Amino acid sequence: MRRMLLQRLGFVLLGLVTLVVVVPILLVVGVIVARGISAINWQFLSTMPYNGMKQGGILPAIIGTLLLTLGTALVAVPIGVGGAVYLSEYARDTRLTRAIRLAIVNLAGIPSIVYGLFGLGMFVLFFRFGTSILAGSLTLAIMTLPVIISTSEEALRAVPTEFRTVSASLGGTRWQGIRTIVLPQALPGIITGVILGLLRAAGETAPILFTVAAFYLPRLPRSPLDQSMALPYHLYVISTQVPGMPLSVQYGTALVLLGLVLSLNIVASLIRRYFRSKRQW
Amino acid sequence: MSGINPAAPRRRSRFSELALETLIRILGFSTIGFVGLIFLFLLREGLPVFFEVPPGSLFSARWYPTFGIFGTLPLILGSLLVTFLSIIIALPLGVATAVFVREVAPRWTREILKPIIEVLAGIPSVVLGFFGMTIVAPLVREILGAPTGLTAFSGAFLLAYMALPTIISVAEDALDAVPRGYRDASLAMGATKWQTIWRVVVPAARSGILTAVMLGMGRAIGETMAVMMVTGNAGVLPTSLEAIIRPVRTMTATIAAEMGEVARGSTHYHALFGIGIILFVVTFLINLTAASAIFRARRKGGLR
Repeated sequence: MRRMLLQRLGFVLLGLVTLVVVVPILLVVGVIVARGISAINWQFLSTMPYNGMKQGGILPAIIGTLLLTLGTALVAVPIGVGGAVYLSEYARDTRLTRAIRLAIVNLAGIPSIVYGLFGLGMFVLFFRFGTSILAGSLTLAIMTLPVIISTSEEALRAVPTEFRTVSASLGGTRWQGIRTIVLPQALPGIITGVILGLLRAAGETAPILFTVAAFYLPRLPRSPLDQSMALPYHLYVISTQVPGMPLSVQYGTALVLLGLVLSLNIVASLIRRYFRSKRQW
Repeated sequence: MSGINPAAPRRRSRFSELALETLIRILGFSTIGFVGLIFLFLLREGLPVFFEVPPGSLFSARWYPTFGIFGTLPLILGSLLVTFLSIIIALPLGVATAVFVREVAPRWTREILKPIIEVLAGIPSVVLGFFGMTIVAPLVREILGAPTGLTAFSGAFLLAYMALPTIISVAEDALDAVPRGYRDASLAMGATKWQTIWRVVVPAARSGILTAVMLGMGRAIGETMAVMMVTGNAGVLPTSLEAIIRPVRTMTATIAAEMGEVARGSTHYHALFGIGIILFVVTFLINLTAASAIFRARRKGGLR
């Protein structure tokens, strides 16, 4: 039974390699939580930074990231869900449809820093929005589109065809069927996709480097045309550009960002799980 | 619901429906427009560099923007070095993990592993970069005894982990698409599960695995923040093997680090957009190839 022994050994080896992949992930999360937790208190989350960001809190960065994410959602959700409805309900398998699908894959693959350049060229300079929350949200929205479109399309396609035929047989038009039946049925899947897309946007640094980010701006933005601090950029700044920054503040900021992103991640998968278990088809 | 009441007045709803459906059609096509717009604006800001700097010196070996020298070769080679190193690390790890998750692991193990790998995909690159700076780079320095831990290897190491979720999930799909019959036939002929995996299933899935690697490469070459934070950003030409444990500078990091300080319309500004054009074209080609492979496979009934 040498062969079986070899197989045993092989499987153990594969398991060990998998551990090599998985353990560092847990380590990253573990280290950041362990070292960052001591910096986190109400004051850290709710006050302005001062003394060259070495003291005080990170409120403007948190608010900035929330506003950016909201702006991204306002632009990306209607375009993304609309695009998904087109692809799943209207598009036939033509050359044009295939071109759309290729465009989506390519949008997903464009480096984030190139999105930053594009946002700078188009929104900041050409449309004269300046470095602003508006310019950053638009840039992030286009970057987020492929995630929202592909996950929403998948959710829409999962709705059984019979639902559409029944709606049509009752005299409903195609759009009525989509609005009253297909969209509501696909909603949990769409929401999951939207959250996944938005949390990616919330964590991105490169696209906002030249379109939104303020190095140190200890006040809250007042209009969409204001500059703003943002969590990912703030973490970059305090870990590389500011000498003598206390490590605990750096880890604290990393933990807030990681916590925000991972908790949204968990919410998304809970929604998915809950509705999957309740679904009757 | 009035929406499906056949007695409802039809004419107005017909009109608004037509408007809505047209809007949806436009939204569907918009993605093509966005890809076009992105390329257009890169060209608009970046093309002038090809007239301002003689083409020969654009690909020369020195990048000294302050002296008006814009040789992109060290940056391109820097990106290639880091990307290839990362794939060399990620490919065996990714394939082995995909095989373990799909073919070997019992159900409960899979239920634990999958969410953890998803967590990795969700960690922002700046957080990984921060971790790399504070934990990985000092370790690398100690192990190598090098003057600095901010090296091409540290960058490649982080990039490998960032590419892993993509590689694992696409490779898993590829393994999944191998017909059951292949496995059954192999097992029926007396092969062990281990032999079946490596001599039947993985070879049958090889083009899907290749696609996975390409997508991972596309991710790695475009990654910015983590790379910028751990590679040390020295714009020297990587000529010998030793470059692996020396600081290196990538195209993405150059744009990110320098764009903040250049004057709009200067040659330097145009040169940075020029690098953006190179990045766009390279990732476009990689993704186009990978995507057509995926679509072709899907039409044949499964990625393989």
